[in-house]
Order: sequence, then structure tokens, then C-alpha cells
Amino acid sequence: MAISLTVNGNAVTLDADPETPLLWALRDELRLTGTKFGCGIAQCGACTVLLDGMTGRSCVTPIGTLEGADVRTIEALEGAEAEAVQAAWVGINVPQCGYCQSGQVVAATALLQEVPKPTDEDIDNAMAGNICRCATYARIRQAIRQASDSLEG
Amino acid sequence: MHPSIKKLTAPRPTRRGFLAGSAGLVLGLYLAPKARASATGEGYAPNAFVRIAPDDSVTVLVKHIEIGQGANTGLPILVAEEMDADWSQMRAEQAPVDPSRYVNTAFGVQGTGGSTGLSNSYMTMRQAGAAARAMLVAAAADEWGVPAGEITVTKGVVAHEGSGKSSGFGALAEAAAGMPVPENPALKDPAEFTLIGGEGVTRLDAEAKTNGSAQFSIDVYREGMQVVAMVHPPKFGAVVVSFDDSAAMEISGVNAVRQVPSGIAVYAGNTFAAFKGRDAVTVEWDESGAETRSSDEIARVFAEAARAPGKVAEAAGDVDTALENAAEVIEADYLFPYLAHAALEPLDGVIELREDGAEVWAGEQIPTISRQAMGGVLGMEPGKIEMHTMFAGGSFGRRATPDSHFAAELANVAKAAGPGAYKLVYTRENDMQAGYYRPLTAHHLKAGLDADGNITAWLNTVANQSIIADTPFAMMMKDGLDPTSYEGSNDLAYDLPNTRLSWAQMDAGVPTLWWRSVGHTHTAYAVETFLDRVLEAGGNDPVEGRLALMREDRPRDAAVLSRVAEMAGWSGPGMGDKRMGVAVVRSFGSYVAQIAEVEDRDGSPHVTRVWCAVDCGLAVTPDVVRAQMEGGIGFGLGSMLHDEITLDEGGRVRQSNYDGYPMLRIGEMPQIEVSIIQSEENPTGVGEPGTPPIAPAVANAWRALTGKMPYRLPFARGAA
Repeated sequence: MAISLTVNGNAVTLDADPETPLLWALRDELRLTGTKFGCGIAQCGACTVLLDGMTGRSCVTPIGTLEGADVRTIEALEGAEAEAVQAAWVGINVPQCGYCQSGQVVAATALLQEVPKPTDEDIDNAMAGNICRCATYARIRQAIRQASDSLEG
Repeated sequence: MHPSIKKLTAPRPTRRGFLAGSAGLVLGLYLAPKARASATGEGYAPNAFVRIAPDDSVTVLVKHIEIGQGANTGLPILVAEEMDADWSQMRAEQAPVDPSRYVNTAFGVQGTGGSTGLSNSYMTMRQAGAAARAMLVAAAADEWGVPAGEITVTKGVVAHEGSGKSSGFGALAEAAAGMPVPENPALKDPAEFTLIGGEGVTRLDAEAKTNGSAQFSIDVYREGMQVVAMVHPPKFGAVVVSFDDSAAMEISGVNAVRQVPSGIAVYAGNTFAAFKGRDAVTVEWDESGAETRSSDEIARVFAEAARAPGKVAEAAGDVDTALENAAEVIEADYLFPYLAHAALEPLDGVIELREDGAEVWAGEQIPTISRQAMGGVLGMEPGKIEMHTMFAGGSFGRRATPDSHFAAELANVAKAAGPGAYKLVYTRENDMQAGYYRPLTAHHLKAGLDADGNITAWLNTVANQSIIADTPFAMMMKDGLDPTSYEGSNDLAYDLPNTRLSWAQMDAGVPTLWWRSVGHTHTAYAVETFLDRVLEAGGNDPVEGRLALMREDRPRDAAVLSRVAEMAGWSGPGMGDKRMGVAVVRSFGSYVAQIAEVEDRDGSPHVTRVWCAVDCGLAVTPDVVRAQMEGGIGFGLGSMLHDEITLDEGGRVRQSNYDGYPMLRIGEMPQIEVSIIQSEENPTGVGEPGTPPIAPAVANAWRALTGKMPYRLPFARGAA
């Protein structure tokens, strides 16, 4: 069964088992490897992508549900919020092993698109689904605040 | 991993000066000082660690795997400092697997672990940078016809003031390649350092790890590659009797199912099919040789052993008499669970097998041993296996297995299917249930106090499995003692009369492994929480009492403790809803003291703030040191609060994913302040030492708050 959707602005047709999680379609078929596999059960957030503008866990999203959907991955995050988040991530040296950070950056970008001035509680809530085994959380909080500040004015 | 492993298989540095297989000629400066460098197709490589390109970029070949600890930043800083390069022109690249050039001098093999990365590279990388600088200067002097002594190098610009000439590195690279390699290049006086110890350094891997482009081994795709998923034994030590692959073979995309020594391998055209196939295979297992005890039963046996006399590891005075004569005796039994490393990238790797050799992409911490293991499986010289070290999505010790079980499995998967490309990917369930856990450990402690509250006796018995017995690392054992089992219980910073430390080596069928900070993961907790209680019984403040006990020859322990007390404004554990607890631990040559501020949130400790003082010698990259302290604290805190691997009745591992083995999440992360002691001592490690003090600091605060001490971890279990 062929499924047509948009990935990073490009029309894509996936001819695969509709049960295939979006994660593996992105990685194995489209070679968009920035989106990572961590758990397979929506517990870790490493596979976070934007689905029609909202964060989604690609490891539990069958491609069969995505006909006509708009998918955006770390490789093609766009907009002022994404730029601010990525600049703050690098400036503050957030990543350690880096494996979770695609998901963290996508989640942080989505947060700032929704809530431009998040409180610490907003940050903790929005990022609660993203595990960082290196525990870079303190810097993630700091980077989101810095990105938010840099978007002001 | 542990730093004191010496000369394991000890490939001695060779006199061979040239790296075969790289673009052109690359000189091994460190190993063959008299050889000459040469220009290459892609630039100039004055030695095996440094490559200069025509665009002025300087690439440092990093011999340690980057697992998050900052090797790809710390080693290039050493080179850049001595080269007087500008940080923006520096790049990092993982060195090839070639122990003759890239040996870890602390181990005798190419490997990363024991928080040794910077300490064993400190001089080597500085020399590499200084030699490269000297050769660039010599080339400029030659070209400009001026004395080398009048030439300056500043932020990547080579200049001669008198003639007004200047150049970047790239334009001089080819000529520099023809210059003799200085045998003992002059190194900077540390007072002249501009990059080392400086702030504002961006990690060289930060950008790639922020935009999704960083390449881990799971990201490697080869032409015609199959993805392989494993069915592993349900119990440790079980073996395959027979298997039925008929349902798996019906799944679209599944190509083959093969038996390999570690289980059943499912080969497919994509990961989803491989994982589905894995779940569809049915296997009959022979469990006659399996570990079938529950972890509760194992714990009961270990705890009993800790209460019996063990093998004496360290003793002073007469502890038995001192205990008999004590005015008060305090004792405690501690229990620590098996712990999984649970790195976010599950174990994975890619192999491309040819008739005459193989190429491997992996994130192995000890590639020398991994390659030997693969060579053994494939019946080929290890040198025929070209190995690429990729970024690893965390490790915490998991990718440093003495038996190289994963590398061997990867080779077996290829061997069973024949020439071709294969990516072996563990599911999270494979990864969490494969064993190689932090050893389940029991401590029994006893202290005697005199009528004035002074400590007169200190006894500690540790019971656990040895990580290194029956492995190539067994040579670290002395007199039948495995120091990784009890390190941190011995050579205490405190001046205690009448002490005895014993160890009981236990047997269980559960594979164990070093887990970030190894023995200190449990010894720091047992020692530092028990001491807190004993100090209180003697009427002593936790900080003042520790300082009063500190040995005169341990000033660095005292200094970090004093510093952290200052930072936190310590005046005792405090009153009210928030209390403070303290712990100080030396591990891997570094000294770390932490104070945790804790409140009671629904019956569990919630850590609001942590102050951390660290002495790691010269802090080459202070921001990386801070990051490692922050991460080490989060790592220790998460496991203390939540984690244990348990075996059910019959021996099956109960936890399989992050739902049953929860990770610390952002809302649980305390605010952390780190202070680095200024030091001119040689740098020591920071990857592991941040972890040990946090759990005892939190537990001590919790006891101050509630009067209760969790003697069994994780906290949820201990409180129950």
C-alpha cells in the first residue's frame, strides 16, 4: 500500500507495510537518520518529530495513519524558534553523547512555537517525555530560556 | 572502566612511522620521533594526531571514543594550545583502530575508560601540537628567509614582524611537511595557556549533535545491508535446543533466520521487519545450566555473606577487640541492586564481511579487544578488520566489555550468513535484559565509639560478584582480590583506628560489568551514609566531623569538602522542610564533594539544589568538567531514586524497557552549582567522579529530614 505524505517539505510516497512505524520509514527508507531509536514504546522521546506542527513519537506512529500528513524532522527544522533553540544548544554546549538531542531540539522548538515565554514549569512539562541519559537537563532548561530571550524583540 | 589496567595485550609502540591506508603519508611523531612528515593529498599531517588542510583547518585524530564525555573537545584543545591555533579552525575526527599508534598508555591497549582519556593524552597531544607548530615555523622561516626565532604564531596566524610577512597554516602545510620533526618540542609554561583552562570553548561536536547530522553506528547504511535482530535466552545461561522460524519467515522483509552462539538471529531488509521477525520466532531453550534464582534470593545469599568473615583486603589495628571494648556499637546492612547502563542508543554495529577481510562501524570502548574477538570468530587476523569508531549514544561502561560479547555477536551474525553487510541492532528489550549489570552488592558495616563519641573501630564487609575474574582483566586482581569490587571502601580519607575491610567473592549467573564509577557506585553510599550516622551518634556535625577525621595526607579531600560547605553556606543539615546532606568521594584520581538540598515530595526525596566542588587537577576544559559533574549527578540521582534490575522467581529479568526501569526526567533535575578547585596538578578524570557522592548526600539529607535512612536502593525499595 502506497502512502503519500510530505516530509520536510517534499512530497514522498512510501510503499511499505502500513504498520511500519514512521521512525523506521524515515531512517531505513528516507535515510533521515537524525531521528533516533531509543525505546520503541514512546517512553524516551529520541524519535520526536513534528506531525502537522505538533510533536509526535515516530516510533509508535504507523505510516498507515499518515496519508496526507506533514512531517518535519530535525534535518529540516525551520523558523526563528528552531534557529534560536539550535544556537542556544550550541552556545551552552548542551549535548554530551548527543543521541537524544534531536528529539530534545524538536520538542524545545515546538514548545517555543506554542509558548514563547515558558515558565520553568512549562519547560519541565513540555520536555518531560524526552529522556537524556547523560542528564543534560539543567542545560536544556537554560538553553530554552536563552532561546526564548533571544526571540524577544 | 578502571584505570589501573596495565599492559593488557600490550602491543608495544612500534618504530614504524607511517600510517598505511590514509591519504598519503601520516607521520607517527609520538612513536617515531626521527621520522619525517609528509604532504598528503588532503593536506599536511605532521604526525598521527594532527592533520592540516589547505583551508587552514586543523583536524585532531582523537584516539578515545566520544561517548559524551568530551574527548573530541578536550584532546583538540591540548593540540590547539601548543599550536597557537584559533579554536574556530579546529576539527575532531575519531582515530582509526590502530593500537600501535593510538594506545591508551594507562591500559596498554587502545581503549577508553576509567576516566583516563585526558590524563593519558595530556602530554602526548601537547607534544603533537608543539611539534606541528615548530614545523610550520620552520617552513615559514625557510620561505621568508628570516630566523625562526623571530616568527610568532597567534590564533592560527604565522607572522614575522620585521618583514611584515604572515600566513595561515594551510599555505605553509606542504613546506612544513618537509621539515624535520622535532624530537622534544618545547612546551608552553602553563602560565601562558590561553585555551587550556579557558572559558567560552564550544564543543567540537555540539553543532552536529544539535542538527541531527552526528553519525552513530546505528546511522550507518551500506549497499545491500541487512538489519539483524536477536532473540536472546530468557534466562542467563540458557541455550537453544531448537527453534521454529516458520512464522518469522512469512513476514514480508524477513530474509533468513540463523542460530548463532548467543541465540537466534533474524535477518531482514529493514529494521521493522527484523524486529517483527524477532518476536515471531519461537525457541525451545535448555535451562539446565541457567541462573534460575530470583534476585531476592541472590540478595539474601549475598547479605548473609557480608555478615560472615570475608577475605581481608585492608586492615589496621585490632578491630575485634576495639568493638568489644566500645561504649557503643552501630551497625548497618546495605543492599544495592543490579543496575543496567540503559544508554539511549541500544547496542548496535555494522559489519561488512568480505572473503579477505571485514570492515566494522561500531562504538566500542576497547576496540583492540573487540577486534581480536571478531578476528577469532571470523578466523582472520585482527589487522584484516578495518574498524571505524563512531559516536556512541552513551555508554557509561556498557561498551567496554572484557569479553567483547557484542563485537563477537556481530561477527557471528556475519559469519552465519556469509559475505555481505549487516547491521545488528538490539531492541531496547535486548539491551536491558542482556545482563552486564552493575553487580548486586551487600555491605555490612560496624563501628565502635568510645564514651566521648570518638570512632574506635570500623569494619566493612562487601559481598558481590567480581567484574574482572575470569576475564582478560583478571590480571588486575591481587591475592585473589578484585579491587573494583570494593574500591572506595579502602584507603579512606579518614583517620580511623582499628579497621578491617573484607570482601566475599560471590557467584551468580548474571553477567556483571563496570557501570559509571564502578565500585564507587555502592561503596561511596555505604561509607558516606554510615559515617554520617556514626558522626551524629558522636555528636558531630557532618562537615566538621569529616574534616576533623581527615588524614593529614589527604588535603585535597578536605579542600573540596571545605569549598562545598562554603558554597552551600553550610551550618548543619538545617531545619524545616528542606535539609542538606553532604558526601565527599575520591575516585579515579579526582576529588568531589557534594551537598544536596532535599525536600519531601509525597514521601520521596525531591532534590532542589546541589552544590559540587571538584578537584580534577588542571581543568583543561572547565565547561566540560562542569557538564560531567552535572551529568554525573543526574546519573547517580536517577538510579538512586528509581532503578533496579530484578530477576523473578525462575530467573527471568523483569524490566525490559524504560517503563519498568525509569530514567531521571527533567522535572527531577536539581539546580546545580559546580566549583572547580584551581590546580596545577596533572589532569585527572571527570567522566565518573561526579556520580558517587550524590546518592549518599541525598540520603544523608533525607535522614536529617525524616529520621529514616534507606539501607536498600533504589529509594522506593529501601523505604518500603
